[in-house]
Amino acid sequence: MIMTDQNSLLAQMTLALAGGKIRVIDLTQTLEPGTPTIVMPPELGQSWPVRIETISRYDGGGPGWYWNNISFGEHTGTHLDAPIHWITGRYLPHNSVDTMPPDLMLAPACVIDCVAESARDADFLVTVDFVQAWEARHGRIPARSWVLLRTDWSLKRGAAYANLDETGAHTPGPDAELMHWLVEERDVLGFGTETIGTDAGQGGHLDPPYPAHHYLHGAGKYGLQCLARLNELPPTGAILIAAPLKIRDGSGSPLRILALVEG
Amino acid sequence: MSIQRPRPPRKNPLSRTTAPLLPPPGRSRAAHGLTQAAALGQFALHQCPECQTVSYPARDACPKCLCGNLVVTPVPNGGTVLSVTTIQISGEPYFRRLAPARQALIALDCGPTIVAEARPDCQTGMRASASLQLDKAGQPVIYARPENGSPDSDSDPHWRELVADPLHRRCLITDGRNPITLPLAKALLGSGAAKVLIGISERWKPFADAAKLEALGAVELVDLDLADDQSVSAVAADYGARTDILIHNALHLRPGSILAGGELLKARDAMDVSYFGALRLAHHFGPIMRARGADRDNSAAAWVNVLSIFAHLSWPGFAAYSATQAASLSFSQALRAEMRGSGVRVLDVFTGPMEIDWLEHLPPPKVQPSAVAHEIVAALKSGEEERWVGDVAKDFRERFRANPKEIERDLWRQ
Amino acid sequence: MAPVSLTYQRYSTKPAQWWIGAALRGLVDASGIPHSGFDGLSLASFTLGPDPAIAMTQHFGMTTRWVDSLAMGGASGIAAIRRAARALEAGDVDIVACIAADTNYTDTFRQLLAGFTRFSQDAVYPHGAGGANASFAHLTNAYMDRYGVTRADFGRVCVAQRQNALHNPRAIMKKPLALEEYLSARPIVDPLGLFDCVMPVAGAEAFLLMRGDTMRKHGLKGARLLASIERHNAFPEDPVQYRGGWALDVDELYGMAGVAPGDIDVVQTYDDYPVIVMMQFEDLGFCAKGESAAFVADNDLTIGGSFPHNTTGGQLSAGQAGAAGGHLGIVETIRQVTGTAASTQVEGARLGLASGFGMINYDRGLASGAVIFAGEDL
Repeated sequence: MIMTDQNSLLAQMTLALAGGKIRVIDLTQTLEPGTPTIVMPPELGQSWPVRIETISRYDGGGPGWYWNNISFGEHTGTHLDAPIHWITGRYLPHNSVDTMPPDLMLAPACVIDCVAESARDADFLVTVDFVQAWEARHGRIPARSWVLLRTDWSLKRGAAYANLDETGAHTPGPDAELMHWLVEERDVLGFGTETIGTDAGQGGHLDPPYPAHHYLHGAGKYGLQCLARLNELPPTGAILIAAPLKIRDGSGSPLRILALVEG
Repeated sequence: MSIQRPRPPRKNPLSRTTAPLLPPPGRSRAAHGLTQAAALGQFALHQCPECQTVSYPARDACPKCLCGNLVVTPVPNGGTVLSVTTIQISGEPYFRRLAPARQALIALDCGPTIVAEARPDCQTGMRASASLQLDKAGQPVIYARPENGSPDSDSDPHWRELVADPLHRRCLITDGRNPITLPLAKALLGSGAAKVLIGISERWKPFADAAKLEALGAVELVDLDLADDQSVSAVAADYGARTDILIHNALHLRPGSILAGGELLKARDAMDVSYFGALRLAHHFGPIMRARGADRDNSAAAWVNVLSIFAHLSWPGFAAYSATQAASLSFSQALRAEMRGSGVRVLDVFTGPMEIDWLEHLPPPKVQPSAVAHEIVAALKSGEEERWVGDVAKDFRERFRANPKEIERDLWRQ
Repeated sequence: MAPVSLTYQRYSTKPAQWWIGAALRGLVDASGIPHSGFDGLSLASFTLGPDPAIAMTQHFGMTTRWVDSLAMGGASGIAAIRRAARALEAGDVDIVACIAADTNYTDTFRQLLAGFTRFSQDAVYPHGAGGANASFAHLTNAYMDRYGVTRADFGRVCVAQRQNALHNPRAIMKKPLALEEYLSARPIVDPLGLFDCVMPVAGAEAFLLMRGDTMRKHGLKGARLLASIERHNAFPEDPVQYRGGWALDVDELYGMAGVAPGDIDVVQTYDDYPVIVMMQFEDLGFCAKGESAAFVADNDLTIGGSFPHNTTGGQLSAGQAGAAGGHLGIVETIRQVTGTAASTQVEGARLGLASGFGMINYDRGLASGAVIFAGEDL
């Protein structure tokens, strides 16, 4: 029998998990056909939505077993954006999901609540002032941590979730200055949202366009999208496990993203 | 004959679903010249190119001058009824079920005497007009009705067997985002369809026509993503046994050159909706439709594939799209073979470029989506298997049959 | 000579080949000549497939120098006689066994109708699958309209034939038929009712043809062929058939025989439907065109009547054994004029006429023919 040191950090963590002192919260949306994806003009290249085709289900294709072929774009469902995804990050080292340093896959998270503002205005843009007000209450955002925008948008479904009209998507997100500030002044690991993109639905009209993508990836930072259950996270203190698939040269990847929360 | 068929009562769940039976399917090679005409809704018989004699039944040489190159040619369809009889008893199970059958002997103005299935109001001595139809076996027969009578034959159960009339039938339009869908739903309901089910993919994207469609009445919008097997399966589970006419109108048209890098993805996306979408529909709707080919008065009756003329010849600048259309035409042929024996008609509707934003750069004439819709319903009501909609399509068909290389070169100039 | 009729069966489990073998055995029994002595074979059958006639020589151990195969439906018997007679005359053959045989399995008749001919398959049968009934319904309709004939007029023919059938132990129909029954019978294809239509059965009819010298050498007695006619696709311009090829050739028939219609003692017409019987009465000169109804009303068509006709009951009452339907009347005529018809014998019959009609290829019967036989002493 292998004896482990009962006082080791991992042993304590295991005990805490078993005893419910550390809870695991699944921040992932179910990957399923019909999951909205980013919309591009139809003449441009299109990301594949989720497709699940049965190979066999205890039938003529395989009498005793069930399995599927699945297909989807790298940026489908709850997923991570790597720096190589954006042109600003194209020449950075270790900029793809397969070269992402594994130690970055565990990191603390700050959760900024703008549920009320988003409910009032679907195009709500989070500003530096807004985040500084948050810091005044919860402390300074530590370097190498995730900043997550809680909007409760993940509680919406279908058309309400995508919230498209003739002028495109209307979902909350960061303004350009905030993204620049988070990257330059707080050296965050990355930025995450409950909506389809790290940028606001109308983020293409900001300067620079899609500032979250622009600044994050240009500085080697990461994005997380389509997160769920951010309402179950404390403003600070949660640890995220965010390990993308090891896709060669991958620009992003769906992932099963877990949060560890104490108490 | 102007009394419309009453809507059939609900099905007795204790009764066995009537199984499809077929009329006698045997035909000679020459007779299939008439199959072609019937498929297109034409009345055409064999005519001698030398002495102009029209002959019938289908012959391999002219009975007058022995010319061996008879050509199936559209001919006047009027004639005089020589005799009408009612066949009360037949040895064929198909006709025993449908008994009695009316049969007329008619001297056509263009020469030959024909035997035809006759509408009950045809009487000896009367003027009658004949039409070539495809029967439940997909083989050509002639139907006759009084020349000056009502054009409406729908109270004759034998006529209903020869056509796929939407009257009282439940229809599924698979691509609600196709611009033909709104006018098509209107036209189907206008022809007495009991219900029109409309598939909408990606309901989370805005769909401007939703309100207009729902305002039509007996319309129901359902989530249907042809590129998603689970979605097709789910719709079939709910509606498969209640789909009498399925109209596969997936439209995924993107310009592109096969020399361009992104073309592969475009081609796959387009194939996924058009061709693989058709396969998914066939897999989930085909078996139950085939089984319901004789299910009383509102049996499964037709599967319509809305296709482009570029199924026949690749359209420069629309390579992937053309390939999906060619594949879909092949699908249609395969489906027709699979559906043989079921009595479910597989109708190909070929259109030229439609008046849609993707094709704004093309000069007129272009087909209005509403014209496509009306011609689909007309083709169903007259029992056709192939219809070419619009001037460009008709021009294409004629020239493609005459010299495919000529029209191939001509398309280069666009 | 050596007329042979096998007892018909509504449905048979045996193939046509079996019926041909039985007919050959019957010819041997009737003539006393072993079948190795038959050096000619003439066959008519719809159901022999895939065998051609020649296959029967090996099947039944015959070595012949002449084989014929007739595919003219109800005119096959007449055509068989004409061809065999020429071959006998030329010395190509000495004894021809003329056989018509068809089986009737439970689904044979439907299959036969479905694939009867190309024109029928392509252009008639798919329109209601009425078979010959529908084609004859049109002929009957047109004939009734043209000449004011009624169903009762046709009924008289059928009723008389049924009376005759009661004297024929081989007839399928065993019960008398009243005109009222005929008129109220189940409609089949309007205006035809149940008793207008023949019943398809399995069976065979056969006879031997030989020259007089051969016959006498074997010590046999027989009928003498006086005349024959044959015509195909006559009057194609008639919109609906109301006459047959007999009308073209009737003068030749009687001229060749040196007799007149009134001299004929007994007549066997081809009778798959009564309308065609009426056409034969007219076209073969027994009454004027369009006068058949009156002719039938004015005559007694039974065995003992003023105009003995279809003395076996005809196909309408004896059954239609496929291609043998056209041989039925020929075999009966041979019996009648040789005084061997037994229970159906017309007293003093010496001169007999048999006619044939066949092949509704499309909208009309194509083949017509007739023969006149005389008793040996005439």
